[in-house]
Amino acid sequence: MLIPKLAFKNMRGAGLKTWLNAGVLSMAFVVIIWTQGLYQGIDAEASRAMTDAEYGGGQFWMNGYDPYDPLTLQDAHAPVPAPLVSMIDAGRAAAFLVVPATIYPNGRLMSAVLKGVDPDQRVLSLPAAVLKASHTEVPALIGTRMAQSAGLKKGDVVTVRWRDARGTFDAREIEIVEVMSTVVGTIDSGLIWLPLETLREMAALPGQATIVVTAKGTAPGTLPAVPGWTFVGPDVLMKDVKTLVQSKTIGASIMYVILIFLAMLAVFNTQLLSIWRRRKEIGTIMALGMPRGRIVGLFTLEGALTGVLAAAIGAVYGIPLLALTAIRGIGLGASLGDSFGLALSEKLYPVYSVLLVGGTTLLIFLVTTAVSYLPTRRISRLKPTDALRGRFS
Amino acid sequence: MNDGMIIRTTSLVKIYPLGEQSITALDDVNLDVRTGEFAGLVGPSGSGKTTLLNILGSLDVPTRGSAEVLGERIETLSHRKAADLRNRHIGFIFQTFNLLPVYSVYENVEFPLLLLGFSPAARRKAIQAALEWVHLADRAKSRPSQLSGGQSQRVAIARAIVKKPALVLADEPTANLDAENSHGILRTMEDINRELGTTFLFSTHDGKVIQHLRRTITLVDGRVAKDEVRSGA
Repeated sequence: MLIPKLAFKNMRGAGLKTWLNAGVLSMAFVVIIWTQGLYQGIDAEASRAMTDAEYGGGQFWMNGYDPYDPLTLQDAHAPVPAPLVSMIDAGRAAAFLVVPATIYPNGRLMSAVLKGVDPDQRVLSLPAAVLKASHTEVPALIGTRMAQSAGLKKGDVVTVRWRDARGTFDAREIEIVEVMSTVVGTIDSGLIWLPLETLREMAALPGQATIVVTAKGTAPGTLPAVPGWTFVGPDVLMKDVKTLVQSKTIGASIMYVILIFLAMLAVFNTQLLSIWRRRKEIGTIMALGMPRGRIVGLFTLEGALTGVLAAAIGAVYGIPLLALTAIRGIGLGASLGDSFGLALSEKLYPVYSVLLVGGTTLLIFLVTTAVSYLPTRRISRLKPTDALRGRFS
Repeated sequence: MNDGMIIRTTSLVKIYPLGEQSITALDDVNLDVRTGEFAGLVGPSGSGKTTLLNILGSLDVPTRGSAEVLGERIETLSHRKAADLRNRHIGFIFQTFNLLPVYSVYENVEFPLLLLGFSPAARRKAIQAALEWVHLADRAKSRPSQLSGGQSQRVAIARAIVKKPALVLADEPTANLDAENSHGILRTMEDINRELGTTFLFSTHDGKVIQHLRRTITLVDGRVAKDEVRSGA
């Protein structure tokens, strides 16, 4: 217990210097945890929004549907199989029909995708009920992005042209009954939501659908096997989001490494300076009979304790600060989510997991200890007589 | 060594390399010091006093020859054994006091006892006694920066004697002190020598110290030029 006792005494004796070193290091702790929490918050927020508004508990895709190939959409439909109809009737799933189309807003021509949704469905968080409330012949729901790109607003009537199942081109006027605001760009950009049965009638596809979305939290093991349809789980659907967040996280990781490096540089320099400044003291304690190994241990522990003190200081101001941002969120501005390519609301709520806080603290503590040890190795090569004269051999 | 000798050097040589040349700091030094002596190595600067003191204190090793201190051959000791010898049996007093700046007087004197693993009660008792020896019991809580030169050297003496070592090596202990403080400190060391039987070996060229010594060993160019025992010592 001698070395910890002496290390503690030395740190206490160094007074302001100790507090300054630990204070600077604590900032690295807090900033690292804050930035990582921010990216975890982005991940959580994007995943939650996509799950609620688009992916649900996973989707059955009719074979032949490829969301990344618009040319396949024309033929991406099939009768909804009986097991899925049972799930839809029980409110555990909802059917969606996808039909490519062209619209003519304000005399322009624009490609769009018509998406049929049951106005009564509760599986996804969509304001589809507005489609039921309207008395218009073909009510349509669009998002703010689509409204902006097409120059449409609530109450506008626009011509839509599509090809039905028989290969005949048809056209009709639809009325925009609501412009919804959503953070999920993929249920907005280029999409026009119509009542499912109306779209089925327009496309001559009665009882057909392109995808069937299961309710959030549905256990994949409880789902029926449906020939001609493929179940795509939430993990697969979320892959793109995860990849995007991961690519953003790489930038954060570089910042993480830079911050740790800067903090460690500060610790290394402080240790080196401390050994240089205290070389006579080292010589004295050598003369008093402390073996070199214990002196190395003493100085290393002093550095490591600086890390512990930094974590404690960081906790004092960091926990309230981080908790405040986690509760109140951080304002990002309306367009930041879209510029990120992720479903983000105007406020981002960072997520500070136990793993993040504990892992970062442990990592910094270990690196601080290792960095504290490096300069102290010089002590093991130091001659007591040189140290006493204030020289480094 | 069971013939009453605490120090014995035989044909001791210390050579320092200096670039392509070398400096002979000690040249064929043969010396015996008995337990309980109050002796000093005297001579001009560069005569090898500090080098000899460092070797006898196991802080350095000879180039050739032998230095035996308390029965241990310094030239054969490992770093750990040398540290152990200093820790248990040798007290050091330095010209610049070398007190640990962030520790109080009490903690400075306590340091050697912590290394020796004394119990808290034993430490308290020994520190109290050592501080009373040097008349600084009332300054136990002071920091070195709050002490005068004389007081600092008294703390260094207390730190050197607190573990009751067999041998105290003092390198120019009065070089930074005025005459009154120098005599006061030397009288304290004489008292300790007399009452505790501690052997003192000084390195000095200070006349004030020399007049207190009972034996003076004069070094010139690394050799023992004269070895005198004062009459009545």
